[in-house]
Amino acid sequence: MNYLVEVKNLKKNYSSKEAVRGISFNIQEEQILGLLGPNGSGKTTTIGMLLGLLKPSAGEIKIDKMNFETNRIDILSKINFISPYIELPKKLTVKQNLTVYGKLYNIKSLKERIEYLTEKLRLDELLNRVTGELSSGQKNRVSLAKALVNKPKVLFLDEPTASLDPEIGDFVRSFLETYKKENKISILLASHNMNEVTRLCKSILMMKDGVIIDKGSPSDLIKKHGRKNLEEVFLKLSRNNHESY
Amino acid sequence: MNLTRMYGLFLRHFYLITRSFPRILDLIYWPSIQITLWGFISNFFAINSTYYNNAVGVILTCAILYDFLFRTSIGFNMLFLEEIWSRNFTNLFIAPMKISEIIISLIVTALIRALIGLVPAILLTSPLFGISILDLGIYLFLLFLSLYIFGITLGILVSAGLLRFGPSFENIAWSTMFLLAPFGCIYYPIEILPEIFQKIAYTLPLVYIFEEARNILINNVVNLENIFTALKLNMVYLIIAISLFYFSFNVARKKGTLINIGE
Repeated sequence: MNYLVEVKNLKKNYSSKEAVRGISFNIQEEQILGLLGPNGSGKTTTIGMLLGLLKPSAGEIKIDKMNFETNRIDILSKINFISPYIELPKKLTVKQNLTVYGKLYNIKSLKERIEYLTEKLRLDELLNRVTGELSSGQKNRVSLAKALVNKPKVLFLDEPTASLDPEIGDFVRSFLETYKKENKISILLASHNMNEVTRLCKSILMMKDGVIIDKGSPSDLIKKHGRKNLEEVFLKLSRNNHESY
Repeated sequence: MNLTRMYGLFLRHFYLITRSFPRILDLIYWPSIQITLWGFISNFFAINSTYYNNAVGVILTCAILYDFLFRTSIGFNMLFLEEIWSRNFTNLFIAPMKISEIIISLIVTALIRALIGLVPAILLTSPLFGISILDLGIYLFLLFLSLYIFGITLGILVSAGLLRFGPSFENIAWSTMFLLAPFGCIYYPIEILPEIFQKIAYTLPLVYIFEEARNILINNVVNLENIFTALKLNMVYLIIAISLFYFSFNVARKKGTLINIGE
């Protein structure tokens, strides 16, 4: 099996608590892996470590066969991230932001890359507009363009469609499905939108209290826990004590 | 080192400045006001002081030098704070930029920001007060270089604090220069300070820079030892500041500050 992301016994301790307690998982090429869990379950900490923003207390992260701690810059050039909680500079135009990030990622044919993303993400009319004045749906598409400017091999998505209306949310999900297929990238998706996870992910990790309490495909998890849908599985696992699994 | 990446970070701030006329005006406005104010004070002292009576423009020249230091230091901090205020911090630190590339890019950008403000202010001094800072001759370059290095050193130190402690360190960013100004002996000779303060002042490069500026303008004598002592001290502080920045980055990765600042 060819894994683009390999996580082994990953731990993160802060002085007063263990945020992540020895989790292991892999993401295959072209796979979208869902990361679910209630607030405070360790999802953000895990993504923080996968982005190099946090140093693991123990364990190992390998991306594209390279150890993160010893190849940080090389790995960062191959990954990217979107979250509604971080923004692009508001005073810059969309085109300026994409140009800046294209340069930060040292993209050689930047003009062509921006043209490609502009077409795919319907940004034509937004390019010369100031980013801070866009609607949340428009900002989301611009953030997606920024996250794809470096042709990442692995994309980390934290609530990529939060606060979007259903039409734009659907557009983003369809875009991600197509883009993943065409470009053979791997995606880690953290989301509280169970329909989104069911649609996009063939495999899911359920986290609670810093550990992975269950994993499998959406249909397997629904069957295993005797529930009607993934949301009910999520509620059951979130409310129960994970020791019982 | 990758020039494209460093240029990218410079471009981010260049776009920000050039897109906003109020920002450009803000960069020019304060140095010009500062220099004009000190120009009039300088004129008054030149007429009424025996210490300054042979050197019209000593205070004004020192004011320009201090303003350059102030703008460089605050300019560096502002570049860092902009990323925090715009919630762009995470995007910057997940980009494949080495810490050295971030520092160099911000050092160059801070210089350009400082010069945008200072050049018009310097140009004002000649028609308004009949004074030219160029009277310092070729040594002006060395004095500016020293101030520039110390300014960015302070900027790097404060940014290291922001990385380590988060936005709560912002107030320190604004107050650093005011804290050090009394020890810099910008407008007065070091002998004015109490002995204990003199000892502290001698550990800073500022006192050598401003003593030398006055020495050149008042006595028409150049003491290269002052200039080189300032440069040597600057190098020591710069190395400490850069080391501290790397240390703070590593601590921030351990403590999770990079995530907390970014959101």
